Amino acid sequence: MCAAGAAVLPDDRADIFWSSYRGGGMDITGESVLVRKKFSEQFAVEANYFVDKVSGASVDVLSNASVIKDERKQKSLSVEYIHDKTLYNLSYTNSTERDYISNTTHFSLSQDMFGDLTTVNLGFTDSRNRVGENDGTANTPIITWLGHSESRSYQAGLSQILTRNLIVGSTLEVITDQGFLSNPYRSIRYVDAVPLGYSLGTQVYPNTHTSTAVETRAKYYLPWRAAASVSYRYYSDTWDVRGNTIELDYVQPFSNKFIVEGRVRHYSQNHASFYSDLFDQANQQNFEARDQNLAAQTNNTIDGKVTWAFAPQGFLLFKRATVSFDVSRIQFKYGDFRNIKAYNDTPAGGNYPVGGEPLYAFDAMVYQVYLSMFF
Amino acid sequence: MRASLLTMRASLLNMRACLLTVRAPLMKRAPLKLATAGAGLVLLAGCSIQPWVKPYERDRLADPIMSWDRDAISAAYMDHVYDSREGSRGATGTAGGGCGCN
Repeated sequence: MCAAGAAVLPDDRADIFWSSYRGGGMDITGESVLVRKKFSEQFAVEANYFVDKVSGASVDVLSNASVIKDERKQKSLSVEYIHDKTLYNLSYTNSTERDYISNTTHFSLSQDMFGDLTTVNLGFTDSRNRVGENDGTANTPIITWLGHSESRSYQAGLSQILTRNLIVGSTLEVITDQGFLSNPYRSIRYVDAVPLGYSLGTQVYPNTHTSTAVETRAKYYLPWRAAASVSYRYYSDTWDVRGNTIELDYVQPFSNKFIVEGRVRHYSQNHASFYSDLFDQANQQNFEARDQNLAAQTNNTIDGKVTWAFAPQGFLLFKRATVSFDVSRIQFKYGDFRNIKAYNDTPAGGNYPVGGEPLYAFDAMVYQVYLSMFF
Repeated sequence: MRASLLTMRASLLNMRACLLTVRAPLMKRAPLKLATAGAGLVLLAGCSIQPWVKPYERDRLADPIMSWDRDAISAAYMDHVYDSREGSRGATGTAGGGCGCN
């Protein structure tokens, strides 16, 4: 390859992270610790521990099951090695819930070329999952293991410096899954001659799923020391879901103590080919789903973040330290997923006809607070 | 910025000239060989590209505000928030696990 200066590893850092998600009947708090340490100019290790505590359940789960409490613990270890202009990364992640165990191995390499104006990334991820169902018993839930799934992901990315103010990039990712891919907590509903007018049944998903996503992004440095970026992602899969994501971001520092960031994101998708809010009869087709993730939906995010460098000159062992506060509001709206919990909430006080319930929508608030120390 | 764009254009023209010189004999070979040779030539031609943004002109790009993801935990967390509620996934640069089934 071309002879030029070698790439460098990022600074050592330690992060303590807290998050809260509230919306759609779910209350999730997360806590995380990340430590990243260089052992030489060529070799670094990163360790991350994340705990999610879930209480509540989404509306489609509540239509068939009780509130579930769960905890997800995710541990990951990542090793980075740099040789000349190539960065190698190998990581292992274990995520454990009572009803879901996932083990993920990831390898990627990143190569600087063309006078370090271009960076090419190639990556591969292998994930093995065990899927179960929690019966919802509060203290001693019984877990029924339903099956396994495997996922393989192939990533290719390119980042290009175009001018002294502009950098652009693009990423392609293809993911293939096979095995038990259904969500055991969600049910289909079909028209039935019962007082309610419908019955619930088990979802049946295909055993394979392949998706392709392409994201393109650009970031520009503005003359008054600020940065603006835009990104667009197109998604398609073999279940006929097509998704579009567009995101705009603006970063504005004030002196060397504060960085204020604003972000808006818009997402839309159509429904999967085997999704229906209400099937005409039981076993109407081979594959049947009523998972709100596979319904037609749009969501919009508005996000604000402030980072305060409370020790810009460093303290104790640390070169500098920052604390960040991040608040997001996400509005979800579904195009063909109805809120069957609101069947008797008509303005006149009566019942909605089956299939005529109001379309589901909800707002979620996401809060993040984290302390970052660089050493 | 105009100067950078002019330098970039000159570099790309230089690479295009290199590729045109060797294209004719390669056209007689199989498409796969042509593609392989083309990819190799692009890499080699890259060595002759003069960086149109010099290392000493990259101070703005090195500013932390120009980083794609300044905070890895936060980026991974928000990806998980979206992945658990949307049909789309991938091409966001994070790898991890978890169901988000509830």
